[in-house]
Amino acid sequence: MRENGKVTNIFLSGVGGQGTILASKILGEVFLKAGYDVKKAEVHGMAQRGGDVTTHFRFGKKVYSPLIAYGEADFLISFELLEALRSINWVKPEGKIIINQQEILPPAVSLGQMEYPKDVEKTFKRYFKDNVWVINGQEIARKLGNIQAANVVLIGAFSNFFPEVKEEQWTVAIKALLATKLHELNVKAFDEGRKAK
Amino acid sequence: MKKLLQGNEAIARGAWEAGVVVGCAYPGTPSSEIMAELSRYKEIYTEWSPNEKVALEVAHGASLAGGRAMACMKHVGLNVAADPFMTISYTGVKGGLVIVVADDPGQHSSQNEQDSRNWTRFGKVPMLEPADSEECKDFTKTAFEISERFDTPVLLRSETRVSHCDSRVELGERKESTIQKGLDQKETPKYVMVPMYARVKRVAVEERGAKLAAYADSEFPYNSMEINDPSIGFISSGVTYLYTKEVFPQYSFLKLGMVWPLPKKIIAAFFNKVKKVIVVEELDPFLETEIKAMGYKVRYGKNLIPAIGELSPSVVKQSLMKAVEGKRFKAPKVRIKPEDLPRRPPNLCAGCSHRPLFYALKKLGLYVFGDIGCYALAVAPPLSAMHASTCMGAGVGGAYGAGKVVGKDGLGEICAVLGDSTFLHSGVTPLMDAAYNKGYSTTIILDNRITAMTGQQEHPGTGYTIQSELATTIDYEQLARAVGVKHVRKVDPYKINETMEVIREEVNRDDASVIITENSPCILLRRAKPLEKFRSPLYAIDSEKCRGCKVCLDINCPAMSWQEGAGWTIDGHKRKGTVFINKDQCVGCEVCAQACKFEAIGPGTK
Repeated sequence: MRENGKVTNIFLSGVGGQGTILASKILGEVFLKAGYDVKKAEVHGMAQRGGDVTTHFRFGKKVYSPLIAYGEADFLISFELLEALRSINWVKPEGKIIINQQEILPPAVSLGQMEYPKDVEKTFKRYFKDNVWVINGQEIARKLGNIQAANVVLIGAFSNFFPEVKEEQWTVAIKALLATKLHELNVKAFDEGRKAK
Repeated sequence: MKKLLQGNEAIARGAWEAGVVVGCAYPGTPSSEIMAELSRYKEIYTEWSPNEKVALEVAHGASLAGGRAMACMKHVGLNVAADPFMTISYTGVKGGLVIVVADDPGQHSSQNEQDSRNWTRFGKVPMLEPADSEECKDFTKTAFEISERFDTPVLLRSETRVSHCDSRVELGERKESTIQKGLDQKETPKYVMVPMYARVKRVAVEERGAKLAAYADSEFPYNSMEINDPSIGFISSGVTYLYTKEVFPQYSFLKLGMVWPLPKKIIAAFFNKVKKVIVVEELDPFLETEIKAMGYKVRYGKNLIPAIGELSPSVVKQSLMKAVEGKRFKAPKVRIKPEDLPRRPPNLCAGCSHRPLFYALKKLGLYVFGDIGCYALAVAPPLSAMHASTCMGAGVGGAYGAGKVVGKDGLGEICAVLGDSTFLHSGVTPLMDAAYNKGYSTTIILDNRITAMTGQQEHPGTGYTIQSELATTIDYEQLARAVGVKHVRKVDPYKINETMEVIREEVNRDDASVIITENSPCILLRRAKPLEKFRSPLYAIDSEKCRGCKVCLDINCPAMSWQEGAGWTIDGHKRKGTVFINKDQCVGCEVCAQACKFEAIGPGTK
């Protein structure tokens, strides 16, 4: 168990269809089994259609609110660079950040009306110094044969922040949530992610 | 054993444990998962009903036959079901009857932000309000007990942050209800609401209210006081209680699990125990108004807390920090202004059959009366092809009504557009009106073979039930003809020019007409094999021919983007850049190729 009474806040962001929901489900399995109170909140419906999506994930001895207070996230896991930037104010000054190095163009950029933000990594490093890890989850997953597994690559990288949780607890959770035919790919994706941070 | 369950899953679990035998719903965010989840329990008959009114009537019939029944809907669904709801309050129930209504503060996925708590006072029906998944399960079970004991339907109010939040739940076993099933006993004065009997029930409803109020004070287990620091006492309910507890845990709380009728004695006791009372609630000042009407002084409520949009720990902190702790609220650091970033609104999927249809409407310059579904996304620029949208089915009546004002000048100018599921939900009666009362509106039914926006639910036009059993299928053409529409045409929306021609003819016709899309299943509906009809798996830009005119970008396809870069086409046209098609996203619908005037888009290879 982590410090008594302290709730850990994890903010996840990405684009509809990137698998943020699966990622947050893995977190849910792992921290529930580790004996914590867990709450998570996400918005369904419209969001499926390629819009921006966020998940609030909280665990601790006792969790009241399912939503994180603005500016109080301990961790940010973002699956897309622009969405990482959109979430930047949610993170507390000493927060830790994992970002997938992928650009998905929003309509205003596709239409040539606005520019995709440059130097997202630099912006994060300016505020969070060494607490920023940018991982090419997409490329790692592509090499494993399926770009859809990028979300699990990021979870693998994120798992390093919790040395008290054994690697096996993560892979058991992944297997519990996915069809058998996807086990091998996703366990590999998790391992690669764990090595990448 | 504790399991992590979404609020909606927990409501379904609670219904199962309570011995429910019938569940009915029309999907609507954030309520849709309840019935989908309930349909997995084999002991329960479940259905997707054509609309919420039908769902409630079916559930009420099941209750009259002695079965425990549940009807689920989103907040605006209860507007549709309001007619049976207001009178079922009079008839009461035999088997327990619970109506789940899920609000959407902040309008994540809804056309309005109504506070469903107002129905409870209006309908004189008790309402329970769970805060998290454990309470979703427990309150659902208690709701069935209240329903049978007090002969009343019971409202269970959820909302986005309850329905779509996951938290721990202790699972229990199923227990069948002891109510005798069957229709042997005919209780005409109880169930036939003609004036003679309804006047008697009208009195019974008030008597029931008094009994429920006493129950709320003395027996209901989920109205709870937590007396800590008595200088401030918060009165709250649902997830709002959790936000407030998170921010100000050291003070005293009265958490109301039942928001109607209110427990007057408990409220009196709370006012005796604490010094200053603050009522924290989302949306309307429902509790605050009632508590003030009891004669108490509410120090703070809606004078500090917003009545618009959803609350959160941040909003509670920002609104009340000064009043509670005398400290100024310090906003967290703003590193990037989110409003400076490109927005990422939801969009129609690549290959969606709605895209070419709305592109055709845009090119025809019609005034489009839209409706509720994925196709409402066509309002977004650059497609910008929708000009009115109110509620389910409203576009059909709207287009017809507008024609009654503009007369013949409106010929060729107006159409109504709605999806298959929405049409069956509430588009048939306005279509009947247009045909009967000599309207000339054209109603376009976008038949994508599923209720798409809420996540692929079956309906009477898909040919399958909620349990994936084969079912009868609606023939939209026959249906339109049966209600008096003489002109019914079918179009393949992926053939844009032909579609435009048919629409042009029908909107110019001085008679009601219907156009049905065919060969246009939802691109996510795997069983319909939506990709098979496309000639090529993807399309690509011919960079020698693309003149950078951006016309193809008007279709707002997520697979297409603009790439800056001055240059020349092979035939000597100057250009500022070219369009690019993302191979990972293109599915080969060919809509962009039809929009291109210079044959610069053709089949590509993966």
